[in-house]
Amino acid sequence: MVAEGRIVWVSGPAVKADGMASAKMYETVTVGEAKLIGEVIRLTGDVAFIQVYESTSGLKPGEPVIGTGNPLSVLLGPGIIGQIYDGIQRPLKELSKVSGSYIGRGIVTTPVDMSKKYHYIPLAKKGDTVGPGAILGTVQETDLIEHSILVPPDHAGGELVEVVSEGDYDLETEIAKIDGQPPLKMYHRWPVRRPRPYKTRYDPTIPLLTGQRVIDTFFPIAKGGTGSIPGAFGTGKTVTLHQIAKWADSQVVIYIGCGERGNEMTEVLVEFPHLKDPRTNKPLMDRTVLVANTSNMPVAAREASIYTGVTIAEYYRDMGKDVVLVADSTSRWAEALREMSGRLEEMPAEEGYPSYLASRLAEFYERAGRVRAEGSPDRDGSVTLVGAVSPSGGDFTEPVTTHTMRFIKTFWALDAKLAYSRHYPSINWMNSYSGYLADIAKWWDSNVSNDWLNVRREAYNVLQREDTLKEIVRLLGPEALPDEEKIILEVARMIKIGILQQNSFDDVDTYCSPEKQYKLLKLLVDFYNHGQKAIKEGTDLVHIRTMAIIGALLKARMEVKDDELAKLDELSVTMQKQFKDLGGRR
Amino acid sequence: MATVGGVEYSKIAEIKGPLVIVDDVENAAFDELVEVETSDNERRLGKVLEVGNGKAIVQVFEGTTGLSISDTSTRFVGKVMEMPVSKEVLGRVFDGLGRPKDNLPDPIADKFLDINGAPMNPEQREYPKDFIQTGVSVIDGMITLVRGQKLPIFSGSGMSHNIVAAQIARQATVIGTQEEFAVVFAAIGVQYSEAEYFRRTLEESGALKRSVLFLNLADDPAIERIITPRVALTVAEYMAFELGMHVLVILTDMTNYAEALREISAAREEVPGRKGYPGYLYTDLSTIYERAGKLVGKTGSVTQVPILSMPSDDITHPIPDLTGYITEGQIVLGRDLFRQGIYPPVNILMSLSRLMKDGIGEGRTREDHGEISNQNYDAYSRAQEVRALAGIVGKAGLTDIDLKYMDTGDIFEKEFLTQDIDENRNLDESLSLLWKTVSSLPRNELTKVKDRYVEKFYQGNDD
Repeated sequence: MVAEGRIVWVSGPAVKADGMASAKMYETVTVGEAKLIGEVIRLTGDVAFIQVYESTSGLKPGEPVIGTGNPLSVLLGPGIIGQIYDGIQRPLKELSKVSGSYIGRGIVTTPVDMSKKYHYIPLAKKGDTVGPGAILGTVQETDLIEHSILVPPDHAGGELVEVVSEGDYDLETEIAKIDGQPPLKMYHRWPVRRPRPYKTRYDPTIPLLTGQRVIDTFFPIAKGGTGSIPGAFGTGKTVTLHQIAKWADSQVVIYIGCGERGNEMTEVLVEFPHLKDPRTNKPLMDRTVLVANTSNMPVAAREASIYTGVTIAEYYRDMGKDVVLVADSTSRWAEALREMSGRLEEMPAEEGYPSYLASRLAEFYERAGRVRAEGSPDRDGSVTLVGAVSPSGGDFTEPVTTHTMRFIKTFWALDAKLAYSRHYPSINWMNSYSGYLADIAKWWDSNVSNDWLNVRREAYNVLQREDTLKEIVRLLGPEALPDEEKIILEVARMIKIGILQQNSFDDVDTYCSPEKQYKLLKLLVDFYNHGQKAIKEGTDLVHIRTMAIIGALLKARMEVKDDELAKLDELSVTMQKQFKDLGGRR
Repeated sequence: MATVGGVEYSKIAEIKGPLVIVDDVENAAFDELVEVETSDNERRLGKVLEVGNGKAIVQVFEGTTGLSISDTSTRFVGKVMEMPVSKEVLGRVFDGLGRPKDNLPDPIADKFLDINGAPMNPEQREYPKDFIQTGVSVIDGMITLVRGQKLPIFSGSGMSHNIVAAQIARQATVIGTQEEFAVVFAAIGVQYSEAEYFRRTLEESGALKRSVLFLNLADDPAIERIITPRVALTVAEYMAFELGMHVLVILTDMTNYAEALREISAAREEVPGRKGYPGYLYTDLSTIYERAGKLVGKTGSVTQVPILSMPSDDITHPIPDLTGYITEGQIVLGRDLFRQGIYPPVNILMSLSRLMKDGIGEGRTREDHGEISNQNYDAYSRAQEVRALAGIVGKAGLTDIDLKYMDTGDIFEKEFLTQDIDENRNLDESLSLLWKTVSSLPRNELTKVKDRYVEKFYQGNDD
């Protein structure tokens, strides 16, 4: 029996209703005459405490609250890719048809077009026994996505007594039948707060390539891994996340705009259909799902948007795909938790955040992973989670940043000082870290060069030594250093300009292939070693500093395209010749 | 905004700070407009913050001074607060709640609009990319403003933010069009002289007839400040999206707004976030700033230039901090530059325009715009480092190239940054000055600019 109660109290997104004894925790309910969508988050006697996902302006005590009997769920099936949803999976395009330029309330839509016909190719045959998670057949969802139709994970499975033949069907068609079980269709629903099951979990060993040098080369993330990108405003969080969403070598990208700017979502919507995936040459929108709950949209739906996004990600993972989920920003999600917690009058922990902030963050990041999916045939997929953090005042000791650091393995620390000097991406190479370096080195060994880890280490050494020398320079000036140390400063500057900085708005520089990354870095490391040798042989640093090759080395990231890497080999030859010509000039 | 009808209640349970708690209330709605009548028949406005269990918590905009438990009555109006809008509001002056302040009659309303607005559907937004020429070199060249952007000025007490904002309001045009901006100006708790400065500049430049002013001055009720930006933006949205005008909204000073919000939060005994500001300050500010933008299928636009003074010039203070997370960049004024008498005293390294990248470049401004701007950022930041170093080791300890960067910094500040209050520079002049600045460096230092632009625009004579 569904609960039917009455509103007794309203304050912002929080509503109390009585007569709700039969309501369940986390059940969705409709609130008021306007039929706003809400979720039960506390039960006391017959009073339910409800967070409402839409604006409660004008809501009155006495209006009805009606349970739905179901927890907050998403609909999973073909038609999701390319959509832009709000925090509770309502397609914004459909909302605009009802309420125009602004977001209206109480609008009921389906997340995907239920009547659209897809060309279905059955894989499982009549008489086959299928278990939960098994693939029944496939449809082509977009040019890029072959969508596997799965037996829902909460379905008992069994012997298929009927199967439709290949053909065009809509989502409501029963495509397979098992005696005594619910009908199998091209879609199913799944509660967002419950992780989808899998068979086994692997250690992440394959890098997620993003085409961003400071990420891939210095602080890599693995497929199925977790990463966090904290930074004060203006440090380039959003641009970096957009870069990951654009260029990551995954099959599906879920981009969650959680309490951020409206125009940023619009930018993705405008830009992605025109950008081509560098590997498949198809529009990026054909692999992207957007979940947009911007800062001025109702705060409770912001909390839900993260779960909506990660559940969709797990669904595509279960088809055997690599999925990247980018959440901008988890701080706004934490603030939504804080706001509801405050209205519930819970005892606050640090800075007013609820005491369960850490466990919620842990639960979220734990939904990342590379797994063997349930059911037949065998397939492996991954969900990589990247969360932005917006620490207040840029202070990394605040609760959301510190708790997040406990649950992620790659940390890209954005630095306001670097951003102020327009060093982008402003990822600080001293404060950032990656826990995947050793795990993924093997991939670079066998796919790019077995020298990769060494070259990276040498380059990183130069940066580290520069960091210590900078202190001396600050006190005594650069002229106080001997030449063999001055050249460290020089090469560190070259690494910063030629490798670490990357212009996301430059057509060539925006994406850098692993081969190009390796070659660029190798050039600079070679430059360093040749330079040190020349100085030992008595060459004056001034001649090294003014070598003609330097300009070309620094601009190679912009001037050499990915398909002209031979030019980098030529540069290397020229460089060696120029060093030879120096021949100990004093 | 007199109203008739509604339900009247007179049992006041408690009055504290800006709040009145009314007992035995039935049929009141969250967010509903409330008229509060004092014993001497003075009418004030308020709204419902919380309702339930027979009680309503009402926030009174004009404050609770003079209200009593026994002689106060409240009328629940049955709708949320609305602003009457029509073309007639142009050229008018209103108070902080949207009531005429110029001794003229109420404008005849074309519509009544909910002052809270509604969130724009991101899918229905049009991505802003029309370059606005402000005639201020540092903004046009390095912190480009585009139509539909929200770009605040972060300032400190006593600095020239109002002069900068007024200059933008007077000079802003879109290249290739002669369309002028309509200006909506909201004074939020500022001094009379500041508001008067704006009114006068708008009048002198002939812009007053396409302007609307909302004035909540320093001695007006503090809680009214919660409403002022909202009525102003309601009018701005109407002008932009129903009348098709391009509207520039100036909100000054948002710090006073946030303080009013804190006052209410404290009176409600809410768990505070940082520095006593409520945990929902971010969300609340976003419902103001996010009302800037452009919409698919509509001609007009709302561009916002909010001004806020950073307490103790501290950019990490919650108000500038949370603002910066919502707005599309920031123009930061620097105390050092201001002290040196440089106008506009923009600290370029801390300033940023997020929408610049799409508003500039070939076909919009000039092909080299982005790169030359980046090169100047780089050079000026290096110049600052060198200056700091010179302060310790003296000029003698610097290399030749370091000294060149110091010169670049000087040229940047004296020739590019500095301009007169009424000097309107076109884009080519501004970009040419950017090239002039870095042309004091050797050619091979220009690592952020493609070779072909160096060939074309470099003004130095080295090599």
